[in-house]
Amino acid sequence: MLILVPIKRVVDPYAVVRPLPDGSGMDTAGQKFDINPFDEIALEEAVRLKEAGSADRIVAVSWGGSECEDQLRKALAMGADEALLFEAEDLDPSVIAAELQALVAELQPGLILMGKQDTDTDHGQTPPMLAALTGLPLASYAARITISGGSAEVVRETDSGEETVTVPLPAIISADLRLNEPRYIALPGIIKARSKPLTRRDRLTTAAGRTRVVAYAPPPDREPGRRVASVEELAEAIQAKGVLA
Amino acid sequence: MKTIALALQPSDLAVLGGACGADSEAILLTGAPEASFGFTTIHCTGWESLPPADEAARALADLVRGADRLIAVTSMAARELVPGLAAHAGAACLSDVVEILSETRFRRPIAAGAAFAEVEVDGPVFFTIRPSGFPAAEPTGEASVADLALPAPGLERITVAAARRVGRPDLARAKVVVSGGKPLGDSETFERVIGGMADALGGAVGATRAAVDSGIAANELQVGQTGKVVAPDLYIAAGISGSTQHMAGIKDSKVIVAINKDADAPICSQADLVLVADLFEAVPALQKLLASR
Repeated sequence: MLILVPIKRVVDPYAVVRPLPDGSGMDTAGQKFDINPFDEIALEEAVRLKEAGSADRIVAVSWGGSECEDQLRKALAMGADEALLFEAEDLDPSVIAAELQALVAELQPGLILMGKQDTDTDHGQTPPMLAALTGLPLASYAARITISGGSAEVVRETDSGEETVTVPLPAIISADLRLNEPRYIALPGIIKARSKPLTRRDRLTTAAGRTRVVAYAPPPDREPGRRVASVEELAEAIQAKGVLA
Repeated sequence: MKTIALALQPSDLAVLGGACGADSEAILLTGAPEASFGFTTIHCTGWESLPPADEAARALADLVRGADRLIAVTSMAARELVPGLAAHAGAACLSDVVEILSETRFRRPIAAGAAFAEVEVDGPVFFTIRPSGFPAAEPTGEASVADLALPAPGLERITVAAARRVGRPDLARAKVVVSGGKPLGDSETFERVIGGMADALGGAVGATRAAVDSGIAANELQVGQTGKVVAPDLYIAAGISGSTQHMAGIKDSKVIVAINKDADAPICSQADLVLVADLFEAVPALQKLLASR
């Protein structure tokens, strides 16, 4: 079985990033970039499924500029067998979903394992959009995946707790935080993975995004807080705020 | 402009009534409406529970195609249903809108709340909204209800359903939220200290990712960028350092109270009221004082 894992390059999710003063973008100068953490979890799960014999090939794919090669090299070092980079500027989720739809038609993967959202736009739209476009079943927010006999049993997180679903393969599964802890890859591992194939290709579709960001602004400042000296003073201050019914 | 409100549950209707213009219709996926909330018609599917999102999107696609706007209240379920509907209908899609700036322009937080993006859309747009940005509609008048008689598809896929939440209010909508972090130590202590405080104030319980990851609190209690976004009148954070990811989920709270041993914890510079103290002493003492007010 082939597992397809889409990878997005994002600014280090633990860095503090601010809008540029003119609001034209986010100030990412000097920041590190990495694989979107949820995509990394999805890839780790794909590698574990391959190690367990449930899959025989993993293809990692990204859309963007040549800088995305860094993240794809890391994906190869983590255990992907092959990487594809499609040159693209417009990364609207609807565009990526359309591109993925075309790639799924070409590669016929048994499983598309992807992050539930990215940490820069926080949209979380690509997995459900891809499911709508391909007609493949979707199991979102996966916390545990078991593959057996042509189907996947997925324990998934929901608004009210965990539920278990069984979906026939091929299917789309989106990874949540607790699916696994991705392995650590040291730099030598990334260099060693240079012998694995990374192919740059032209975009598969002419899909155009339907949204565009026209301005970025910092969040409004909160009023400065107040230190209280005792529990009594805190209780009085809370009551004075009038926030308790 | 044809606007459809997509209510996953009856409590969404009040929020959506405030966000949709007059002459809007609603589709209610589970439960029965308590009032009209200004909607001309509320179409009810009669579903007992939500089907898998991809199946639900396919079942609803014909009903929503042609709408200029579709609005749902954000939740994990809405965030996977609305993009599917947008893909079926060929509409633009936005998650977690906090302000409607014009017919084509919207504001939404990005990068864990590090910034707000103003987004311009072309053509029809389907989006989820954060309830804190929209005043709730009054429960005016009896609803004009239409039954859709739509079968719930794909339920056979769900082999073990999530346990329904009982007792405490919904975390995402609660007026009071009491949250705890990893320093609570174990699940019994978490439930006694944090759960006890929440119950005394009629509030919901929240937790940090670290508390959830270490098994002290249940997954669905996680508050933050990747968990629930809350906007209560009062948010009490006990033993929570205040990571960027956690703060992203609580920024819209009216009053944030931090109780922390460490005066240098990031949350102490962002909370409205800060008590530097041992939470195991301070929280029960505060509970007693507030409960007897």
